[in-house]
Amino acid sequence: MTSVAGQISAPLTADAGVVALAKAPAIARPTERELRLDLFRGLALWLIFIDHLPQNLLTWVTIRNYGFSDATEIFIFISGYTASFVYGRAMRDAGFVVATARILRRVWQIYVAHVFLFTIFLAEISYVATSFENPLYTEEMGIMDFLKQPDVTIVQALLLRFKPVNMDVLPLYIVLMLWLPLILWLMRRSADLTLGLSVLLYAATWQFDLHFSAYPNGSWFFNPFAWQLLFVFGAWCAQGGAQRMSRIIASPITLWICAAYLFFAFLVTLTWYVPQFGHLMPKRLEQWMYPISKTDLDVLRFAHFLALAALTVHFLPRDWPGLKSPWLRPLILCGQHSLEIFCLGVFLAFAGHFILAELSGGTGLHFVVSISGILIMSGAAWMFSWYKHSANKSGRAKVTGGNADLAGGGA
Amino acid sequence: MKFVSGAILSVSLLAGFLAAASAHADDTAPAASTAPPACEVPDYILAGDVALPKVAEAIKAGGPLNILVIGSRSSTIGVNTGASEAASYPGQMLAAMKEKLPAVEVNLSVEIQPKKTAEEVAPDLARLVVSKKPTLVIWQTGTVDAVRAVDPDDFRTAVDQGVVALRDAGADAVLINPQYSPRTESMISASTYLDNMRVVAQEHEVPLFDRFALMQKWSEDGAFDLFAPVHGSDLAKQVHGCLGRALSQFIIASAHPKPTQEN
Repeated sequence: MTSVAGQISAPLTADAGVVALAKAPAIARPTERELRLDLFRGLALWLIFIDHLPQNLLTWVTIRNYGFSDATEIFIFISGYTASFVYGRAMRDAGFVVATARILRRVWQIYVAHVFLFTIFLAEISYVATSFENPLYTEEMGIMDFLKQPDVTIVQALLLRFKPVNMDVLPLYIVLMLWLPLILWLMRRSADLTLGLSVLLYAATWQFDLHFSAYPNGSWFFNPFAWQLLFVFGAWCAQGGAQRMSRIIASPITLWICAAYLFFAFLVTLTWYVPQFGHLMPKRLEQWMYPISKTDLDVLRFAHFLALAALTVHFLPRDWPGLKSPWLRPLILCGQHSLEIFCLGVFLAFAGHFILAELSGGTGLHFVVSISGILIMSGAAWMFSWYKHSANKSGRAKVTGGNADLAGGGA
Repeated sequence: MKFVSGAILSVSLLAGFLAAASAHADDTAPAASTAPPACEVPDYILAGDVALPKVAEAIKAGGPLNILVIGSRSSTIGVNTGASEAASYPGQMLAAMKEKLPAVEVNLSVEIQPKKTAEEVAPDLARLVVSKKPTLVIWQTGTVDAVRAVDPDDFRTAVDQGVVALRDAGADAVLINPQYSPRTESMISASTYLDNMRVVAQEHEVPLFDRFALMQKWSEDGAFDLFAPVHGSDLAKQVHGCLGRALSQFIIASAHPKPTQEN
């Protein structure tokens, strides 16, 4: 059990020295990277972008409309998986201190990205505060009140206690990454024990209402004490857990249970969007089930993600030829530059809101904004890959290889 | 560097849309301003299988049907606009009720508590019911909570306690959720509060007047341009007029649940 880390059958490639591989583009050495991770992280990034825009036609393709879990679960799970793989290797090769130092550097990058996004939010809200006036919404304009005391608000934002809408994911990611050295250290002793502790912490969160407090009141939208479960589960899978579970996942019983649960979740979700069906839901079930907490990662959501993941892994094998198809290339590229593309997505969502509000946009414009956002994200991802590729080519590639990647957190 | 180039790229693309879309906006603008607001109320908004027994009784007896509206700022039209109380949705609801139920004596009082969260209002509810003795209390809440990002659990508990207090004090209750406000959608996250209000409504079988869904539908149908930075109070008056009429329909429908709904 202790040598689990050593038994990994290299879900990513074993390219010694380049620690950034999990997120580094494959161009440098096109070997058997786990492209499925990139693919689904890219997909999650697209879906998060679409979900951040106001309701529109494309919103109906996002998974949150068909079940309990949504793109955030995918993003956090895959982040746990890749982070554990990359830094787990670093910890084994270079030791605890070096690996921790690298993780902290990565945390710093995410923090800076978060502050960058906050600045954009400030710009947007200040603009709306000075230009928008509608007697219908006097009350909603109360959101601008914090502009009256920027001294407090901005400091609280830097402390990650004040978080505007749609800016909750990065702070969660920061906290999870801060816990990563401990998680990895424990996992080197026993991966299963670590997962067990994680489940215990999750249970304790529900029992004792553990949370991070926020400013001006309330608590974090994504409770790190609860969401760590997905992150650690991802890490556990990367440390050989996925391998050991493969028999369970392959069993037809598991598959049928997963399919049945997904179908059930779909039916329930249907009653949210088609209120006419609402009265078909048994009252008893409703009262037991609701509310399905996103903040504390409700068990129903977690189970929904597991079911989705199990079916995906089963029906989309590692060597699925489609992964090499040029049509999926944009998704994979986005997934390989997750931090940049995530930030760009949040920025584009702000910009999209702005355009729609300024132009009182209809459905057509909405669609154009969504699609062009996705095109911009893909284009940017392609550019990052090209940039990195050319930087690697122009000399000293072996020595500095991989560390130019902002997303990498490499050597 | 990377962000900068991404930003430049996106801004230049966006500029293109601006040009294209402003032309489009010019085409549609006159049509929208001349047409009267067609604010239809879809059946599912009204589909109440939850009864208001005391209201039903009062209607049968010919009154008095005393309605108390408790709400925050969005239950009135902006203070500095000079719009009268009668123009806001409670007043409009009263007018519509009187029109639909000419034989019934309907009275209205409005209690506006600006900038108060559900948690701050809930303890007052019982006292208000005792002093005003309403048949029906319409409680509009959630907006201030969403603006201040109050803990969703605390919010749900407060709404829960408020509803129980209203019932215990002997009044029927209706909940009204926040407005649909597209302009602040990227700053205020209403969805959690909407969900929690729905949960409480289901749990206690209290009718929930889904103001959010209704306004969103009107916005999508093009009945109102809720994005526009309007300075006058005309738009607000129209929206409140429609909300008031819809609310009166909702109350009457909830007092007489349609037998077809129960199958």
